[in-house]
Amino acid sequence: MTTATVKIEETAIQDRPILEIKDLAITFTTGAGEFKAVKNAHLSIMPGETVAIVGESGSGKSTTALAAIGLLPGNGRVTGGQILLDGEDIAHASERRMIELRGSHIGMVPQDPMSNLNPVWKIGYQVRETLKANGRPDGPDDVARVLAEAGLPDAHRRARQYPHEFSGGMRQRALIAIGLSCAPKLLIADEPTSALDVTVQRRILDHLEKMTTELGTSVLLITHDLGLAAERADKVVVMYQGNVVEAGPSLELLRNPQHPYTKRLVESAPSLASRRIQSAKEQGVEAADLLVPAAAGRARDEVLQVRNLRKVYKLRQGMGQSTDFAAVDDVSFSVKRGTTTAIVGESGSGKSTVAKMVLRLESPTEGQIIFDGVDTAGLKGKELFTFRRRVQPIFQDPYGSLDPMYNIYRTIEEPLRIHKIGDAASREKKVRELLDQVALPQGTMQRYPNELSGGQRQRVAIARALALDPEVIICDEAVSALDVLVQAQVLNLLTELQSELGLTYLFITHDLAVVRQIADHVCVMEKGKLVETGTTDDVFDAPQQDYTRALLNAIPGASLLLPPAVA
Amino acid sequence: MTRYIIRRLLQVIPVFLGTTLLVYYMVFALPGDPIAALFGDRQPPQSVIDALRNQYNLDQPFWVQYGLFLKNLFTFNLGVDFTQQPIAATLARIFPVTAMLAVEALIIQAVFGVLFGVFAGLRKGKLFDSTVLVASLVVIAVPTFVLGFVFQLVFGVQLGWARPTVGASANWGNLILPAVVLGLVSFAYVLRLTRTSVIENMNADYVRTATAKGLSRPRVVLAHILRNSMIPVVTYLGANLGGLMGGAIVTEGIFNVPGVGNKLYQAVQRGEGPTVVAIVSVLVLVFVVANLLVDLLYAWLDPRIRYE
Repeated sequence: MTTATVKIEETAIQDRPILEIKDLAITFTTGAGEFKAVKNAHLSIMPGETVAIVGESGSGKSTTALAAIGLLPGNGRVTGGQILLDGEDIAHASERRMIELRGSHIGMVPQDPMSNLNPVWKIGYQVRETLKANGRPDGPDDVARVLAEAGLPDAHRRARQYPHEFSGGMRQRALIAIGLSCAPKLLIADEPTSALDVTVQRRILDHLEKMTTELGTSVLLITHDLGLAAERADKVVVMYQGNVVEAGPSLELLRNPQHPYTKRLVESAPSLASRRIQSAKEQGVEAADLLVPAAAGRARDEVLQVRNLRKVYKLRQGMGQSTDFAAVDDVSFSVKRGTTTAIVGESGSGKSTVAKMVLRLESPTEGQIIFDGVDTAGLKGKELFTFRRRVQPIFQDPYGSLDPMYNIYRTIEEPLRIHKIGDAASREKKVRELLDQVALPQGTMQRYPNELSGGQRQRVAIARALALDPEVIICDEAVSALDVLVQAQVLNLLTELQSELGLTYLFITHDLAVVRQIADHVCVMEKGKLVETGTTDDVFDAPQQDYTRALLNAIPGASLLLPPAVA
Repeated sequence: MTRYIIRRLLQVIPVFLGTTLLVYYMVFALPGDPIAALFGDRQPPQSVIDALRNQYNLDQPFWVQYGLFLKNLFTFNLGVDFTQQPIAATLARIFPVTAMLAVEALIIQAVFGVLFGVFAGLRKGKLFDSTVLVASLVVIAVPTFVLGFVFQLVFGVQLGWARPTVGASANWGNLILPAVVLGLVSFAYVLRLTRTSVIENMNADYVRTATAKGLSRPRVVLAHILRNSMIPVVTYLGANLGGLMGGAIVTEGIFNVPGVGNKLYQAVQRGEGPTVVAIVSVLVLVFVVANLLVDLLYAWLDPRIRYE
């Protein structure tokens, strides 16, 4: 009897979408003229439904979402179409109306938990002002309840802490608490977990899903990760260059993409089902094994050996006392010439510290790093200089690792100049060759980093690393900041360069899907210790440790079988 | 926190010794004989010169002079200057005047600089912003002695709004004109610093999130833009207070303020080592304490900063 009435009510409500976007166009006015960021966007979200917008950066997905909550940057405005929130067109609503709607009707969970909480206010204060602004009870118990619901343990105490005392995952929970604190009908989640580790990501998304289901909140999820969208959303909307090119139920759309862009997106999405990118493994390594006599060759073959590596930091505890913290604890592995070894783990697992020690940017507390038969700890002066030439890094953030004041030519030429290789003319020739190798046009030379896209910048970083003809390249999260399509291009480039130049890669990453695509060997790290090593296939097909299994399970879309990737 | 403050205060000792030594040496090395200068064109008998040299320890080598100075300092006996005035009394007379002037100037530049800076920042690119920017550039470009004389003439003499010179009767009201002149230059810097800081913070992610929470515009500005923007401004103001206390020789000269700048200039000209060093010693203390206060204020504004 009661169920029947509820049913009727539900259908009555479900007649009308909570959010409907029709023919939306958004234009930005910049110094260089007008730029249409969104040309034609349309989507609708029913009550309680989760809809994901998928697309690369610059596709207009975030702009569309920001327009729905009236937060377009100052130079952007809606130039066409409608945004209907529960039937009311808010595309041109007054600021006063938007302030009424924000928080109580539309909530937002932003992308980067590190920068979205004000560092100077306590967490509790930032929750309380949200409750207060939307006319909800805002006592200490209410604040603690909101935080506790978002899965923060010990909420009363946590509310009295500052954001910098929280980990990334906890901050995102606090932001989710804020976004849902006034039980909005619609929650806009803009890449809510892309800055977090996979395992944390999974827990947070699970929790978000549980909360929105309980509250009956509709979710507009913005993501570049197709696997994540498919796993979490009822419907997926694909955006490309400001247009919605395809929309439909998640699984259907991914199994049977129609638009060419969606097809490319599905193909290049790294997933568990994908395989090592060709060439190096099949040809290079086996050829090398054939050439070198097995027994004698093995030892010489190992270009890099890490033995019982330990790095201890002193943590200050106040009052002049300190405790030891082993960031890296008894780690041993070796890397064969011409292969790729990946070190995976969550943040804080010590993987980047290993990379720094291999690069000799940090010195180990204990243990050895043998490069080409020589312990790197003993290198000084000239020998160290030569070592630097032979081992080169590529870092995560292509925005931060290129000097904004150097043009691309100078960036790539600098290592050659420092190592006094060739004269001006031959260096210029070399830079041209390098640009060819990384598939950048020659015209790039005179441009500056801020004029290039993320993918182009990472290509420049690769060209710079290759300038000195190194033997080993350490890639510290080298593709983590890139969109999937660009990521696939860069990974392909790295693989080609490996087979052409016989490079050895040490790949530091938290992204297991990338590992599957590029690595021959995998080392899994947890809390400073190496918990599992093996060939990529072994580790992925038959993980031995619970931790490795947890990491594998946490990959978004792991449970989905995508036909193009399997085939 | 207490440990931190104690450590900072202990730092005063080497800083104090270093600066007094340096200043003492520089006065010692000044060309000309201060005693001969006291008598101008007249030639006093040698016995008088010797007696004076002995009284001020000028017949001793540098290290002995410096040592005697330190000894006197720690026994709280600053001695007398060349006009037989106790130096301690001089300090007690000039520092309150300059402190008043400095605080008044600081309040003027802080209040108006922050106010104008915030409004310019919030209205970036609009008419108010552009006007304020150009005006502040003019203020920065005009030298203090020009500004000082113009203000003295216009507001002091022609309009008669304030006293053109201060003289012996230094109080808050009489110091208003020199305080405005003194505050104006830094006012322009405070304004620009605040403006830049506000613009930067307006685009911060947490400000967008605050708006998304449903907060009203005034609340977003007050709680999320203003406090964060004040961090660099406070640093600048604190460092500036030390500078203002050092005495504004030009401004104090124009308005005849009997403060530190005036006295210091006089003492340097006369080669009065003990007076110069005594003033500088107090200034060192003022600087150190001002910097400590800035650091503490900084930690209060930004909880990420914690001192041990």
